[in-house]
Amino acid sequence: MTNSWTDIRNTDLVVIMGGNAAEAHPCGFKWVTEAKANRGARLIVIDPRFTRSASVSDFYAPIRQGTDIAFLLGLINYCMQNDKVQWPYVKSFTNATYVVKDGFAYQDGLFTGYDESKRDYDRSTWEYDIGPDGFAVVDETLQNPRCVWNMLKSHVASYTPEMVERICGTPREKFLKVAQMISECSVPTKTMTSMYALGWTQHSKGSQNIRAMAMLQLILGNIGVRGGGMNALRGHSNIQGLTDVGLMSNLLPGYLNIPVEKETDFTTYMSSRTFKPLRPDQTSYWQNYKKFFVSFQKAMWGSAATAENDFAYQYLPKLDVPAYDVLRIFEMMYRGQVNGYVCQGFNPLLAFPNRKKITESLSKLKWLVTIDPLDTETSRFWENHGEYNDVNSATIQTEVIQLPSTCFAEDNGSLTNSGRWLQWHWAGGTPPGEAKRDNWIMAQIFRRLRALYEKEGGPFPDPILNLTWNYQNPDEPTADELAKEINGYAVETLYDPADPTKVLLEKGKQVVNFSVLRDDGTTASGCWIYSGCYNEAGNNMARRDNTDPDDTGAYLNWTFAWPLNRRILYNRASADLQGNPWDPSRKLIAWDGSKWSGYDVPDIAPTAKPDVVGPFIMNQEGTARLFARGLMRDGPFPVHYEPFEAPIANVIAPKIRGNPVARIFQDDVAQFATSEEFPYAATSYRLTEHFHYWTKHNRVNAVLQPEFFVEISEQLAAEKGITPGSWVRVWSKRGEVKAKAVVTKRIKPLMCDGKKVHVVGIPLHWGFMGQARKGWGPNSLTPFVGDANIETPEYKAFLVNIESTTPPATV
Amino acid sequence: MNMELSRRGFLKAAGVGVAGTTLGAFGFADLEAAQAAAIRPFKLTNTMETRNTCPYCSVACGIIMYSKGDLRKGEMAEIIHIEGDADHPTNRGTLCPKGAALKDFVKADTRLKYPMVRKPGSDRFERVSWDQALDRIARLMKDDRDANFIATNKAGVPVNRWTTVGFLAASATTNETAYLTYKVVRSTGIVAFDNQARV
Repeated sequence: MTNSWTDIRNTDLVVIMGGNAAEAHPCGFKWVTEAKANRGARLIVIDPRFTRSASVSDFYAPIRQGTDIAFLLGLINYCMQNDKVQWPYVKSFTNATYVVKDGFAYQDGLFTGYDESKRDYDRSTWEYDIGPDGFAVVDETLQNPRCVWNMLKSHVASYTPEMVERICGTPREKFLKVAQMISECSVPTKTMTSMYALGWTQHSKGSQNIRAMAMLQLILGNIGVRGGGMNALRGHSNIQGLTDVGLMSNLLPGYLNIPVEKETDFTTYMSSRTFKPLRPDQTSYWQNYKKFFVSFQKAMWGSAATAENDFAYQYLPKLDVPAYDVLRIFEMMYRGQVNGYVCQGFNPLLAFPNRKKITESLSKLKWLVTIDPLDTETSRFWENHGEYNDVNSATIQTEVIQLPSTCFAEDNGSLTNSGRWLQWHWAGGTPPGEAKRDNWIMAQIFRRLRALYEKEGGPFPDPILNLTWNYQNPDEPTADELAKEINGYAVETLYDPADPTKVLLEKGKQVVNFSVLRDDGTTASGCWIYSGCYNEAGNNMARRDNTDPDDTGAYLNWTFAWPLNRRILYNRASADLQGNPWDPSRKLIAWDGSKWSGYDVPDIAPTAKPDVVGPFIMNQEGTARLFARGLMRDGPFPVHYEPFEAPIANVIAPKIRGNPVARIFQDDVAQFATSEEFPYAATSYRLTEHFHYWTKHNRVNAVLQPEFFVEISEQLAAEKGITPGSWVRVWSKRGEVKAKAVVTKRIKPLMCDGKKVHVVGIPLHWGFMGQARKGWGPNSLTPFVGDANIETPEYKAFLVNIESTTPPATV
Repeated sequence: MNMELSRRGFLKAAGVGVAGTTLGAFGFADLEAAQAAAIRPFKLTNTMETRNTCPYCSVACGIIMYSKGDLRKGEMAEIIHIEGDADHPTNRGTLCPKGAALKDFVKADTRLKYPMVRKPGSDRFERVSWDQALDRIARLMKDDRDANFIATNKAGVPVNRWTTVGFLAASATTNETAYLTYKVVRSTGIVAFDNQARV
């Protein structure tokens, strides 16, 4: 989230699209209710189902899953055509005025540089025209036909209300009502917030779904302001934290990157990371990259990371592919190229697409380790549960080691919520049996492995042998010790560069925050964006002062928010070019002639002049990007692409199937279905009574929602002769499930490009372990393909068939 | 009665009152006293309160866990009740149907208690000691890394990559566990490293 849960109270219009906060984030959704009750805010819900969020909305519009970009570009087109634009914001705070380089073009669903054989673009023309002064050329008058604003205008022109209706199935008048309501927020005194979740990410073009809404929010001037923003409602309690700390194939903590093979040495690695400003006087904060990288290396390898060895640059692995993401690694496993796998609190047998392939892949492992508080399906993938897990144990040669870990109630530490608040929690219970904390388990695995390398040697043991492990009890580092290491400390005494006799921080002391980190090896910090969380003032994540001056929703003394305890990102953009708030009633920070101050920690240097330094300090431009240059694989502007399994052909570009640059593995292509074979458009979702595959282990939740079902319209039920509550078989080209049919008015058929499209809803909470009745999940059916930029699987739009059937045999 | 009591202070006082004999002071007759005595004593009396956050979605509602026994004194602590934290700015004491049933997760029948091993081809788990399980894991990792570690690519550039073992991290662990996990996994050269953020 750019903003926070408690900030939603400040909004005028909530748009829930690509999520269902009332059911999936119920206590956060209360702030929507609060805004409605106290500010007269309105709520729009756009979803294939009439969800519980929709049931309390002021306006609901149906949409076919997988067509959000057409809808959103339609909204952008509406705002541009009807002059519903916050002009001063767009002209000063976005790259609307920047001129795009000659050679860049768009036609028939593709941008310049497409190579069909590689399923990739040469993105060299997706760039600004650079002037003789080395800066991007701009046209303040917006007259140049090649400035971003005019390029965007022509790009979205075909997304008319009629085209939106044809692609999305949203009736034209409903789309226009939504467009009219949203466009009112183009004035500086009205703000809209976007609340979205997996309904936008789990598509082969998920990143562009989110980008399209971010562009709309920029055009309306809604980024950086109270009650505005792009608010990703993250799915798990610490999925934000795990992303921030970089537990991804291609990341280092704090959104730094793991090197790739062509970055043969540290100098080469840094050469593409100079982040020279693209406009005069801009911050371009990533110019500090080297300080954060070197401080991370020092945290990892201490005295073994020296200036002479490029701070142990070669200790890091180098990637030969963009990432060894979960789809790639299961594809490799399927091909017998993976021997061992460790699942720490993760249940891939139910979480990854095409379950049949997942089972076959796990069966090819030599060994599997699971670390979990609960008895998961993954740890028992080899066990026969009749129809629910029809495997032959005797033929599965995988050794499985199941380790019992503690749960939240038995552990200390911090979790980062959607609003980037790092909240500390304390253990209150004794773990059951011999269950152990994760820190103990990881320390034990590491110490045993290191001991083997000390004793036996082996290939390149240096990163293992030299890993910083200076914990008071090496068998179990404490959460406090680790939090201090994440925050960072002075490796050597730090002197003032302006006055070398003046000591700024003594050796061994905690750094105050990332602003004092250095690139010479004198500071260490495990995750720079979290620096400030545990400094000499103590554990700031454990702060519990819930006062909120003037009821802004900031709660600055409650726990700690990254970065620098800032509660609303880009908050400089809440004020105009003179530094005065766009909306005085929603002041966030303001310029007093010499500095910025206000209710939040300013997201800009405190003395940066408002008419000189742009608010988007992380970008080389200082402005936000309506045109993304070459930073996204599938285009600098979003384009409507159908899901890989779609009920109709792509109306914009009929020859293109799915996202033209999404990675596909050859065997999976044969398993993509057409609408002739599989006529119904399926989607997956959560229920309010369950959390993924955990709560089926809980008696209360198992009572509340005891058994698996699928949800279909009355019309589809009538066509297929399915009675409410009867058993149905739902199958795709990859597998099948049996479920009770819930026949509902919440789903209605949609008319798309002249064809009636039926939607089948499939909730995701059942398996073969726990208290609830045995069942299946959508991953038995879904295709093995991910988003073109980040490889999130396409769970939200795929094709199935459905028929009446008999109940599954009980086991 | 003109006393200023916090909400929980009031509940505690009320709990003690019902269990004790102070009802007479309020002028209740024997009948009411007998009825009151039959009511179950307030269950949170003499429990330890611990602040925590809900482990499910990313709203991260504040919760209070009530336990018999105090971990900080080195005692065994059994959690007997969990409720919303009224002081928390986001949820202000409320919880959803998942959060309200958190105690059932803590005490689920399918909570794991002991390390187990399933041998190749077997149809069952067998209990092992932690030492056996951990030594085995370290041995399996070491042997595979030694056999399959890619130190350099064809051009002789160090790539320090281990692709035959993967690690999936958990989005419900703490940041501190995540960081420790990061250190351990990265030091080995594992590149198949991901968490739920990918799905």
